[in-house]
Amino acid sequence: MPSSLIERPVDGPSATPPAVTTTRRADRNFAGLARGSGIAVLIIMAAIGAFLLWKALPALQANTAPFLTTSQWFPDDPAPRFGIAALAFGTLLSSLIALAVAVPIGVGVALYTAHYASRRIAPVLGYIVDLLAAVPSIIFGLWGLQVLMPNSKGLWRWLDQHLGFVPLLRNDLDSYTRSVALAGTVLAIMVLPTVSAISREVFMQVPKGHLEAALALGATRWEAMRTAVFPFSRPGVVSAAMLGLGRALGETIAVALILSATFAINWQLTEPGGNTFAANIALKWNEAGSVGLGALIASGLVLYIITFAVNMAARVVVERRREFSGAN
Amino acid sequence: MATLTPTGSQVHDLLAQRRLPWWNTAAVAAISVAIAGLFALTTPISGTAGTAVTALLTFMVVQTAVSTAVEGRRYAVDRLATTLLVGALVAALIPLVSILLTVLLRGLHALDPSFLTSTMRNVSPRKPGGGIVHALIGTIEQVAIAAAIGIPLGILAAIYLVEFGNRSRLARTVSFFVDVMTGIPSIVAGLFVYTALVLTVGLERSGFVGGVALSILMIPVVVRSTEEMLRLVPRDLREASYALSVPKYLTVLRVVLPAASTGIITGSMLAVARVTGETAPLLLTTFLTQSINANPFSGPQASLPTFVWDQIGSGTTASVDRAWAGALTLIVLVMILNIGARGIARLSRVK
Amino acid sequence: MRITTPTRALGIALALGLSLALSACGGSSGTTAKSDINCTTGAIKASGSTAQKNAMADWINAYQSACPDATIDYQAIGSSAGITDFKNNQTAFAGSDSALKPEDAPGADARCKTGKAINIPMVGGAITLAFNVSGVDSLTLTPAVIAGIFNGSITKWDDTKIKALNSGVSLPSASISAFHRSDGSGTTDNFTKYLAATAPAQWTYGNAKEWKAPGGLGAKGNDGVAAAIKSTDNAIGYIELSFAQDAALKVASVDNGAGAVEPTSQNAAAAITKATRAGTGNDLKLNLDYTIKEANTYPIVLVTYEITCQKGLPSKDLALTKSFLTYTASDAAQNGLTDSGYVPITGDLLTDVRSAVASLA
Repeated sequence: MPSSLIERPVDGPSATPPAVTTTRRADRNFAGLARGSGIAVLIIMAAIGAFLLWKALPALQANTAPFLTTSQWFPDDPAPRFGIAALAFGTLLSSLIALAVAVPIGVGVALYTAHYASRRIAPVLGYIVDLLAAVPSIIFGLWGLQVLMPNSKGLWRWLDQHLGFVPLLRNDLDSYTRSVALAGTVLAIMVLPTVSAISREVFMQVPKGHLEAALALGATRWEAMRTAVFPFSRPGVVSAAMLGLGRALGETIAVALILSATFAINWQLTEPGGNTFAANIALKWNEAGSVGLGALIASGLVLYIITFAVNMAARVVVERRREFSGAN
Repeated sequence: MATLTPTGSQVHDLLAQRRLPWWNTAAVAAISVAIAGLFALTTPISGTAGTAVTALLTFMVVQTAVSTAVEGRRYAVDRLATTLLVGALVAALIPLVSILLTVLLRGLHALDPSFLTSTMRNVSPRKPGGGIVHALIGTIEQVAIAAAIGIPLGILAAIYLVEFGNRSRLARTVSFFVDVMTGIPSIVAGLFVYTALVLTVGLERSGFVGGVALSILMIPVVVRSTEEMLRLVPRDLREASYALSVPKYLTVLRVVLPAASTGIITGSMLAVARVTGETAPLLLTTFLTQSINANPFSGPQASLPTFVWDQIGSGTTASVDRAWAGALTLIVLVMILNIGARGIARLSRVK
Repeated sequence: MRITTPTRALGIALALGLSLALSACGGSSGTTAKSDINCTTGAIKASGSTAQKNAMADWINAYQSACPDATIDYQAIGSSAGITDFKNNQTAFAGSDSALKPEDAPGADARCKTGKAINIPMVGGAITLAFNVSGVDSLTLTPAVIAGIFNGSITKWDDTKIKALNSGVSLPSASISAFHRSDGSGTTDNFTKYLAATAPAQWTYGNAKEWKAPGGLGAKGNDGVAAAIKSTDNAIGYIELSFAQDAALKVASVDNGAGAVEPTSQNAAAAITKATRAGTGNDLKLNLDYTIKEANTYPIVLVTYEITCQKGLPSKDLALTKSFLTYTASDAAQNGLTDSGYVPITGDLLTDVRSAVASLA
């Protein structure tokens, strides 16, 4: 490794002593600077948790209701009452809807781009997906509000009328806007490029030999995918889905624009209402008093912990599966 | 898989396989559309979306049936899978095309030359007019601050991981948390910087505080792209340099970094593009204004994303028009950064 | 929509841009003196009520156009946040939908150092019940029915209680989506005060800036509620008249016991002039009578105040604050309110407002 190589010129007979020390010092300084930058990443990650906890504590202590199970938000009352039950519910539900829609489609697009599209079209498709990953979330929100919301009313009504026996799809309010289902759909479109881009990378890394061997043995294209591509890329796809989940959980602006913020746990997904951690912070930020600010910071801490766990899990899954598939 | 071990008869199949003619797909598609049209006329399942879904389902059923009959199950499954993949592609492209087209059309509708040269000062939320100069100035300054912090830090951290880390425990920990950091919700970055700089240090909400929040989001993107590029630099290059008695830091600065420079620039531009459109952290860390404030360290400062947010919030016809025009400007800016980044990457490849 | 022709609007925009450019170059030669504006220079910040956002925007535009060397930034961030800003010395005055509460008064007085903080009523408003029900153009409601809709006991548009008040209107058998403010707001405070005063049997949640009743749907800000009603079928919500007009929403008449009254500026002004004084001296805190039963008097009104220091504003802020508020209390500024869906202050109250502004020192 380089670290042993680097000592060689220094120890070599041709090196003159003064040059050696300055070189050594410069080397050490540079290494220290780089190392410090690496450590800075760790410090930032720790500081986020520490600062949020520190500034959330006074509000949490002033809270007169259980923080985890309350679905009300009156932090600036004389007797503050606030809790995250409704926020956690809306956040998880909208993100799960997003994943349920985005993962099959995103993985499909990735597979098509990587192994089905012609050599001329594939880079174009990849390019389009990459560019769309760059569309700012406020634009997704604006589009969701002004284009998708009016145009999707019919779909939600159809689901209510024909599949209303499924409690999730029943709508007793007769209005089909600003719902968790709509927010979840917009989130799906937002995380689709993430899921698709990462899956595509994974699919492209499949050893060419495996694929060609499968095809040469007479496998259909789909059989080649199943035998040569999927086993190799499963951990990568799982991690793509989890990274998509991470993005959906923390998405703020699009959700804040679309949902009709309420503090209720409502399983009827196509009815207006619902709220998420991130959207609630953005919407209540400017009006919050001192306890209100602390309460929002506390909810942000919970969001941080959740996304932290999801991203960590994504990483761990990749590592473990990698070892597993390596043994194959 | 058993199917990969062809038996005698399967080998025969492979060589003299009965396949559907090339026009089959078009024919089945035409039949499906016709059936869906019939459905639209005779049943409540109508409308563009409903007809499209019926047509797709019919296509899958008919083609699977035909293919099973003529080619056998394996090829039918193959065709079904292809149909589903194309379906996924179409399903993905519809909203994406709709978004880009709407932004373009509605944005152009509201965009006039004065939009790019005036501010919102003295413009009533209910009347047309006004512009985004103040927001452009804010966005450029805030993103520049973010880049000035995030890019050097990110590149140095990547150099540590590739050149000095040696897969040590610290390097693996850093690498792990860079991945986790990629997933920090942008609003949490805003909360963190607010608690640290505003509540603890005592700074006022300003463009600078917003820029710091954006830099948190840039760092992991820069680290990852730089790391990738550094790992692509052949080891021979480093070893040749060491063999010439060049010390390590000079090897990194003069040999490795230049070799990876275009990749690093591309990665950094993509990171800049990513934060240019961020709204949430700026909502927490800056104060909106309708006038120009060129000083990012003091007073309220507008930015493009928060401008769009504000105009959507006002909800009048005029302000929503302005929101679309602002969205178009924002998307053009982000796309220029993106396409520019990829252009640089391509140019260098030609060399 | 009240928008003038696009070309004219463009012309105005260009003119404003030009005047901005001139002021940016430091040239005050372009000043057009208006008789009722006594220009001064400098910059002040103010923040608070979203209810008076549109009035403030118009006034600031007029003032800054006449006085290019003056900058007034009004951030519509909600009354409570505005009062917090004012107490923390961040702003020269706060816009608020209700007068300073006793618990806020000491902090506000402390900020004024040598003087006291006073409430100056400046903009009146009517809180309308805006609705979006296809096929329904006019609607009459009573306090009890309004309370029933917002407490969740009346859930369908064809409920017999609504039908009884609206013979001849074809009400659909659809569920009501009732929108409230999801942020703390003086509009909510005044609306719930009204319900608590006029329908105590149905409305048991008292009054507060936060929405306390269970159920219903939330949206942020007057503009947010207006947009939500507009985009939601079978919706109703309480918003300021000016926002209902902007969003071109239909509004319900309210039967105050003396017949149905439309929410117009005139009808609301009638209710405000009948308010009694609750403050002393130049503190013009008002008590509104929500149970008023008179023809052509729209009872759900609110008065928004500018809260500032009678004495003790920093000298750099005083001149511009006084000059600006003098303008907002002028006939020109007050008459302009009606056009934008607000309710002007009139009669003796307006005279007192002017002397209160004149007393700022």
